[in-house]
Amino acid sequence: MRARSVRRNSVRHRLWESRWPYLFLLPTAALYGVYTLWPIIASWWYSFLSWSGFGADKTFIGLQNYVDVLHDPLFWSSFKITMLFMVVTVPLRVGLGLLIALLLNHPSLPFSRLFRTAFFVPVVTTTAIVGVVMQFIFDPASGPVDLVLTKLGGTPIDFLGSANTALWTVMAVHTWKWVGITMIYWLAALQTVPRDLLESAQVDGAGQARSFRHITLPLLLPFLVIITLLTVEQNMRIFDLMLMMTGGGPFYATEVIELYIYRWAFTASVPQLGYASAAAVILGVILLIFAAIQLLGIRLSRRMAGGQQ
Amino acid sequence: MTVTQQRGPDKLGLSQQAGPTRPVPVRRSRLRRRALIWLATIGLSIVCLVWIYPFVWVLAASLKDQLEVFTSGLDLLPKKFVWQNYSRAWTSAHFGTYMANTVIVTVVTSILVIIRCAMAGYVLARFRFIGHRVVLGVLVGTLFVPVGYTIIPVVEVTRQLGLLNSLAGMIIALTGGGQVASVLLYMGYFRRIPTEIEEAAKLDGAGFFRTFVQVMLPLSGPVTATVLVLTVLETWNAFFLPLVFTFSRPDLRTLSVGMQAFVGQSSTDWSGMAAAATMSILPILLLFLFLQRYFFDGIAGAVKS
Repeated sequence: MRARSVRRNSVRHRLWESRWPYLFLLPTAALYGVYTLWPIIASWWYSFLSWSGFGADKTFIGLQNYVDVLHDPLFWSSFKITMLFMVVTVPLRVGLGLLIALLLNHPSLPFSRLFRTAFFVPVVTTTAIVGVVMQFIFDPASGPVDLVLTKLGGTPIDFLGSANTALWTVMAVHTWKWVGITMIYWLAALQTVPRDLLESAQVDGAGQARSFRHITLPLLLPFLVIITLLTVEQNMRIFDLMLMMTGGGPFYATEVIELYIYRWAFTASVPQLGYASAAAVILGVILLIFAAIQLLGIRLSRRMAGGQQ
Repeated sequence: MTVTQQRGPDKLGLSQQAGPTRPVPVRRSRLRRRALIWLATIGLSIVCLVWIYPFVWVLAASLKDQLEVFTSGLDLLPKKFVWQNYSRAWTSAHFGTYMANTVIVTVVTSILVIIRCAMAGYVLARFRFIGHRVVLGVLVGTLFVPVGYTIIPVVEVTRQLGLLNSLAGMIIALTGGGQVASVLLYMGYFRRIPTEIEEAAKLDGAGFFRTFVQVMLPLSGPVTATVLVLTVLETWNAFFLPLVFTFSRPDLRTLSVGMQAFVGQSSTDWSGMAAAATMSILPILLLFLFLQRYFFDGIAGAVKS
């Protein structure tokens, strides 16, 4: 039976030939399918429902959730906060990471490994716990930052308690926490710059500044695109730090989209899961746009890299 | 690193070559360069101290008296070492339970992730089958989906499967979410292994499964170490998913979720919280300090690929 059908149907034959590869893909397909792919699709479906809590009845209400979300000033405020966060922290991380990497990559700098470790330490620590620690560090009464500030003759600032400074403080902490990753990206990029090229430039009499501008920088340019995009994607995930440092407050001044979704889905007295899903879908669309830009960017950087060789 | 190799002979050779034409500026620039290096070193040292200061501060606070934390100003060294903070955090604040939960979740999740990612990476690297490009496209396309986007359906699916409010449910959800980078790491690694090795195994009569387990898996040591380290890091530090999975089961909280509960319950016990924070961070920090290379390899892999 089996042998005959194999001969008759080449597609079925090929499928049977690959039975082992398929079997090996099964765990990933099942787990990834249920916990990543299905949720992406289900969010769209949920966003059309009126649904007040897990286990509660779902009613189809069409686009009403989207209308409500888009009419909620707090959603737009959270959208703006998310964007502001990105616009400030992405260049900060990329620039600062490059600066640190360039310093650490200098051949005659001592202790460069030790410095690298120190800059990377915040990256490995649990974000949620760092958030609590930072509440202490920035405490207006007994936190070390304000103690130093008063010693220097300034007035203490309620960094996390005031709507004017809370977001900027979290931005600073976020950059401190994650710039180590960007530094590693840049160090990896710098290793692709051939040393003998730099050396021969020096032999030809080019100074460090000139060889940096004419050799290192052009070679780093394609990496700039990739590293920026990786940083953008990572900076979209600020839930842990934001929830623990400010909880979205004071007065929603630091409520990013992720916190907005969390509030409607999990902490509201009557959860609005359909409504929260609509907000999630909008976040997903924003991410999709970033992903599209990313693909374009990578293609562009490949072409730039190809053009140089 | 090539730091030490670069320093001595190379520099000398260069200055000798440049010497005859412009001797004076070269010497001056060399002096200036050395001064700059020292300035950079001192600057970096100060920055690095500031960088790790919060952790030093927490460690100090975790050993201080509950009152001393507020009154000691900027002094780091406690007047008297108060180890009770740790026992208070461990038992009264349940961090012993949280630690056990976190260890279980991290260990099981890491093993499952390695198995499933190694299997997927192997077949994606070695075999051309119908749907190969689709699988790869879907994986890469969803590389960066944040938890905030998928959390509602993930909770709903888990609830329908009857796994909500259990460590098993949390582990399965953590194993299934993301990990695309690990699959790609394995794929890239297996691709670089010469096919002759598998052909030899085949000639020796090893089947598909045996070739994978006895030949390919043992060869994948370095990449497994990298994936392991990254998964441990990610799982140990996970917060959003464990948070919403344990709303009605405080006894299943992980360290990060327990920390949030601790802050909510007794917000004035700074030294207790500092002790809890120190305990939570220490294991992952030690892992990093001992296995740095794999952390850096894993992170840098994203740029190189």
